[in-house]
Amino acid sequence: MKAYVFKRILSSLPVLFFVGTIVFLILQLTPGDPAVLLLSASESAQQTALDYEKIRAHLGLDRPIYEQYGRFLWHTVQGDLGTSVFTGQPVTSLFKQRLQATAALGLISQAAALLIAIPLGMLAAWKVNSIWDRGIMLYVVMGFSVPQYWLAYNFIFLFAVKLGWLPAVGYAPISEGFFNWSKHLVLPVLTLALTAGALTARITRSTMLEVLREDYIRTARAKGLSERVLLVRHALKNAAVPILTVASLGLATVIGGIAIIEVVFAIPGMGRALVEAIVQRDYPVIQGLIMITAATFVVLNLLTDLLYAFLDPRIRY
Amino acid sequence: MNDSLSHLTLVEEESLRQRVVRWASAGGVLLRKNPNMLLGAVIAVVMLVIALAAPLITNYDPVRLSVRERLESPSSTHWFGTDQLGRDVYTRVVYGARVSLLVGTSVATLAAAFGIIIGLISGYFRSSDLVIMRFMDALLAFPSFLLAIALVAVWAAGVWTVIVAITVVSTPYTARLARAMVLSLRERDFIDASRTIGAGPTRIMVLHILPNSLAPVFVQATFAFAVAILIEAGLSFLGTGVPPTVPTWGNTMGDGRRAAQVAPWIIFFPGLFLSLTVLGINLLGDGLRDALDPKLRGQI
Repeated sequence: MKAYVFKRILSSLPVLFFVGTIVFLILQLTPGDPAVLLLSASESAQQTALDYEKIRAHLGLDRPIYEQYGRFLWHTVQGDLGTSVFTGQPVTSLFKQRLQATAALGLISQAAALLIAIPLGMLAAWKVNSIWDRGIMLYVVMGFSVPQYWLAYNFIFLFAVKLGWLPAVGYAPISEGFFNWSKHLVLPVLTLALTAGALTARITRSTMLEVLREDYIRTARAKGLSERVLLVRHALKNAAVPILTVASLGLATVIGGIAIIEVVFAIPGMGRALVEAIVQRDYPVIQGLIMITAATFVVLNLLTDLLYAFLDPRIRY
Repeated sequence: MNDSLSHLTLVEEESLRQRVVRWASAGGVLLRKNPNMLLGAVIAVVMLVIALAAPLITNYDPVRLSVRERLESPSSTHWFGTDQLGRDVYTRVVYGARVSLLVGTSVATLAAAFGIIIGLISGYFRSSDLVIMRFMDALLAFPSFLLAIALVAVWAAGVWTVIVAITVVSTPYTARLARAMVLSLRERDFIDASRTIGAGPTRIMVLHILPNSLAPVFVQATFAFAVAILIEAGLSFLGTGVPPTVPTWGNTMGDGRRAAQVAPWIIFFPGLFLSLTVLGINLLGDGLRDALDPKLRGQI
């Protein structure tokens, strides 16, 4: 087990290295000189004081490309993700400032997605080809097809504008009271959870279908176990590993969707910071936040793999 | 001997017309057996007709401003209402179908083509596999939408920039699938057989492995089509995609953001068409996948 954990951690290092390279390349792909682009962008942002040479030096563009690459990787490894061109704020401090809202939204949405999706997937598999199954599969294909922000606006219109039950947009930190905090999170969480849950529900269904066909399920049924014990203790336990994989994929939907949802609901999180940076063309912030997101992703995949090995001792690569 | 051989060629020869008829009837059977897929095909065809016939089915200009008709709710003159600049939302939805279908078709084609090329090289020449696949893994480590945002953010905005960016984020999926197909095919007996009779790697790849790995990649490409439409609309919605002068579903919804609470129709109708289109393509893709190989259900 120890050797496996070590090997698996080592094997994610090259992926992280390539992730860093891609993030570095994103800036190199800019047509023309990023400093010129920044100057023209900063005029509209009333930041005319910045001059060309200063920006070039700030971004390290006055150095040869291999040196820029080396410095970028070295700084990233040390946890230095650069500073904003406009505010001078280090990306890591921006990240810490914006983390709370994003983490709350992401984790709660993911938990809600699992709570919705796993029972639905189990129900669909248990009552396969019934009206329940068809309804749940309809939800699944809709979940893949409906854009999250559109669903969000429909929820806002229905629950906030028409019914007035919930605030339309905005965010209250948990320090301003639990009730106020949770009230603002209901709609964004509902949107993310419903869309992210679709894939999990589909995989739960197909995995459960396979498990329910196994001989030991027939045996369990023959010896008179109740359907509840059969489903939860015998079937779900054996379906756990593939469901876990997909849960981590669902997390991808959550992370990918958070940016746009934070913009729609005016939540001061990392995703909104990223969109703001993109509108301003604040390259170090774009690079830093993308790097953090991708690294989070790699680490989550690593943890999922390790969890497999823990859940199923047969898994060793 | 000679007679039987000529008989064989007679049987195998099939005119192009016969082949088209055979494929069409097979497609018809498929659609009749799978009502969901039929629904998907109908939606896709309707959207295609709307996109092609856009100027014929509306009397308005999608970009003409009309300040006196701002924020009108849906009525008999403006079926889907107007936005805050007085543009007819129905007209923008109809023209928006063009951009969405252009982006979807281009991305699906490009992602399938690059995916197959990368998958073939990586799956057949094992020495290149490690570097190529680690790079693909790294691309997969980014949430697709965020990587697409980052790419269009540094490039100049334009329809083709958006297409290239979405192709970059979609190709790893088709490449990984194509590679898996190549890996399983290259162990098969018929590949060994052709190698034994002296076929070189290029011949084996192009004549034997390529045609046998096409079908799953094609199915994956339909899903890439759906995802591409969603990503393009998301980018345009945030104002970082297709330039605001082009009427697209995403741009129209993005423009409607500020008026969302008083004029919900500006967001509702483009989003409805977007959802329906993506739904149709997903249903079509699901049907193709199940018809191709029921075992693939849930895998791609």
